[in-house]
Amino acid sequence: MTVHRSLPHESGPLHVTGTARYVDDVPLPPGALHLAFGLSDRARARITAMDLDAVRAAPGVVAVLTAADLPGANDVSPSPVPEPMLAEGEVFFHGQPLFLVVAESHLAARKAARLGKVSYEDLPALLTIDDGLAVDSLIEPPVEYLRGAPEPAIAAAAHVIEGTMEIGGQEHFYLEGQAAHAVPGEGDEILVLSSTQHPSEIQHKVAHALHVPFNAVRVEMRRMGGGFGGKESQGNALAVSCAVAARLTGRPCAMRYDRDDDMVITGKRHPFQVRYRAGVAADGRLEGIVFEQFCNCGWSNDLSLPVADRAMLHADNAYFLPHVRITSHRVKTNLCSFTAFRGFGGPQGLVGIERVMDHIAASLRLDPLSVRQANLYDREGPRTVTPYHMVVEDNVAPELIADLAVRADYAERRAGIAAFNAESRVLKRGIALTPVKFGISFTLTHLNQAGALVHVYTDGSVHLNHGGTEMGQGLHTKVAQVAAGVFGLPLGAVRITATDTGKVPNTSATAASSGSDLNGMAVKAACDTIADRLRDFAAERWQIDRDAIRFEGGEVVIGAERLRFAELVEAAYMARVQLSATGYYATPKVQWDRRAGRGRPFYYFAYGAAVTEVAIDTLTGEYRILRADILHDVGASLNPAIDIGQIEGAYVQGAGWLTTEELVWDGQGRLRTHAPSTYKIPCASDRPQVFNVALWDGRNREETIHRSKAVGEPPFMLGVSALMAISDAIAACGDGSRYVALDAPATPERVLRAVDAQRGIAW
Amino acid sequence: MAPASSTTSMKVSFRVNGTPRELELDPRVTLLDALREHLHLTGAKKGCDHGQCGACTTIVNGARINACLSLAVMHAGDEITTIEGIGQPDALHPLQAAFIEHDGYQCGYCTPGQICSALAMLEEIDRAVPSHVQEDLLQKAGITEAEIRERMSGNICRCGAYANIVAAILEIAEGETA
Repeated sequence: MTVHRSLPHESGPLHVTGTARYVDDVPLPPGALHLAFGLSDRARARITAMDLDAVRAAPGVVAVLTAADLPGANDVSPSPVPEPMLAEGEVFFHGQPLFLVVAESHLAARKAARLGKVSYEDLPALLTIDDGLAVDSLIEPPVEYLRGAPEPAIAAAAHVIEGTMEIGGQEHFYLEGQAAHAVPGEGDEILVLSSTQHPSEIQHKVAHALHVPFNAVRVEMRRMGGGFGGKESQGNALAVSCAVAARLTGRPCAMRYDRDDDMVITGKRHPFQVRYRAGVAADGRLEGIVFEQFCNCGWSNDLSLPVADRAMLHADNAYFLPHVRITSHRVKTNLCSFTAFRGFGGPQGLVGIERVMDHIAASLRLDPLSVRQANLYDREGPRTVTPYHMVVEDNVAPELIADLAVRADYAERRAGIAAFNAESRVLKRGIALTPVKFGISFTLTHLNQAGALVHVYTDGSVHLNHGGTEMGQGLHTKVAQVAAGVFGLPLGAVRITATDTGKVPNTSATAASSGSDLNGMAVKAACDTIADRLRDFAAERWQIDRDAIRFEGGEVVIGAERLRFAELVEAAYMARVQLSATGYYATPKVQWDRRAGRGRPFYYFAYGAAVTEVAIDTLTGEYRILRADILHDVGASLNPAIDIGQIEGAYVQGAGWLTTEELVWDGQGRLRTHAPSTYKIPCASDRPQVFNVALWDGRNREETIHRSKAVGEPPFMLGVSALMAISDAIAACGDGSRYVALDAPATPERVLRAVDAQRGIAW
Repeated sequence: MAPASSTTSMKVSFRVNGTPRELELDPRVTLLDALREHLHLTGAKKGCDHGQCGACTTIVNGARINACLSLAVMHAGDEITTIEGIGQPDALHPLQAAFIEHDGYQCGYCTPGQICSALAMLEEIDRAVPSHVQEDLLQKAGITEAEIRERMSGNICRCGAYANIVAAILEIAEGETA
């Protein structure tokens, strides 16, 4: 079998030799043009005049387009609410595209884009959640989930804790910036290459912009240099721009954002504010809790509604909330439109309840791990129902946490850290164990479907396509393993080429960790169809029972006979057996009423837990992650090496979000952290010094592809343990009378301030 | 594509991956753009174009540089090695093979820069170039995980594949010193 093995990434030899092609590496046809946007330098204003004469006169400029010049829809929204690609009389954030420059070179386009003379009448800009709330600026009315009677339960509880937590956003910093090409074809046809997680949406947006049917647009995506959610909708503007310019000029067009423009224009992880009020029993168990989540959506809808929903759906994390009210406010502001980012709101919701657990432990002077364990969902019985009335059937969190606590010597190390802190004045250490329970499925139920197209050629080689896109997560490797497994072939016999809307139509975004769950099943269905035809043919030809036919080791075992796979395929072809098939999959069991907050939004849950130990310098606020131990549930892993890589990378990215990655907008709404010089992403030296990652030994109880579980997003939230460990270290600076209440990201400045607060020094 | 606005240009000759190349360029063209757009060697990537991400790391006369921060015309007579010159899929350099063995990447976009950077970095250790984490600045640093992590911190991997990147480099480094 090729599945459940640590086979190397399908593009490995190309990656290490620089021969793997990303969009910007694909040679452009002769005569290609290059595009750049002219950007708003106001956060909120009416445009009173736009003088683009100097732009048009600049060297190398071929055309300059405003919203009025577009041939079709000026809309790049991924939601039903339109989002203009080019401003229409008003600007809503600093960095909003106003006009499109088409020029002979990338540099000429960018230089010319700076020459626009735009006059504005400034309007009041809403830059924070509080600004938005003050004028009731929401993209939809608040959404509430309610189970039980939380207020009376809180009132009757032995202890009440309450607080507010600010949670920062996050820049994707996919190392490959946004990029697209468009090449006009005959008639109204157009080919688009786009660095996108969602080729079908690119196809739809381009078709609307050109006023052509979907069948005139073909979108190709071989691989992305990272996506992380940032290429789910944010590539639309580039692809549409290229297509429109290609249509108007008749020439191929290319567009890529310079890094600074990319960081200024594109959406990021949503900043959140979470307010909580909880009633707690003397043993640390929650009696009732009320959450208010405030989601900074930015200037347009984009994907904010499902992101805010997913934050609500993860306000429980792995804990049973006996009486609970969760209210979500979706605040519209004048910042970039916040968008999908690994976890899709789940992390913000999850951080909220982890903060509550930390607060309970500090207030009641209990061990934080025992508080967390006391509040976990039970395996069965009444304490298994989520705030949205779904029963948690697959809970492995209690066992997984207990196992990890032993593996990581949690109790012994905690005692050792307390002893260290008693002796050490300047350096303080902290440790925390936090769990993850993450719901797997798109909450928009109809997206939970996938298609595949598989060809077997007469030399026995297999070529396949599916609807998923490769962004480094190893999706194509896993899917190829599934296909090779059906035919008993080595991995090298299976080739997956660029995701292509002409091969597999009507696809969902590669998002929600669903790539291998959905596409793996669709590919398996197609391969099974072909394998069944080959079995039927062989059974007939060799007059043998179908069950006596097996595909293994590149051969076909037919009773006592063995043929090379290619020999059987050739014989089947000669007998006119169809060697190509489509496959389709729709996730079972899921159904969801999002306004009511009831149903089964998730097919299953993925679990994990991490123990992080940190050291902080109380004179500077700097810190180091000394050690991280992770135990994570991927079901029966399709590829353990890839899954461990995903877990390690997700932890690093999650810890980065909550520690060093700080987005700073100034009073004019300008993003001041628009390059890696000021926006600090974890580097090799930031990785935990000791990093132990293990896979939980268990199969998915649901019938997923080879009983595996999704892995893309869930381990991102293991990084929460780093934030809680820093909180623990800071607490060691005080006498326990005052809760640390650390906001995220816990930059060194924030840590120093919190340390000083523990020591009674006010800033 | 050559910039349409170039009014002056200069000739420059250097060797790229052992082959003499002569280009006529606007003097403001970076080495990275010369490689990617004029010589069509797209292995070096433009991650940030500000010398902050390391994706364009290229080896010039044995030392690693950010090709985006260096003008092509400054490299007359230089020996430039890009990822394409280090090894090809049918003839991999041992470090390239180690990156495959250890899954030292996810999306692969930083990989050419990581590999070029690592090869020159090991040379730096060999030439006793000191680092921030070294105990004794007068002694040659040992090849340790801490040294590699520190010396590779200019090459960002947003996928966070650092554990595997460091493992791949360590394997080669230990093989060379053994």
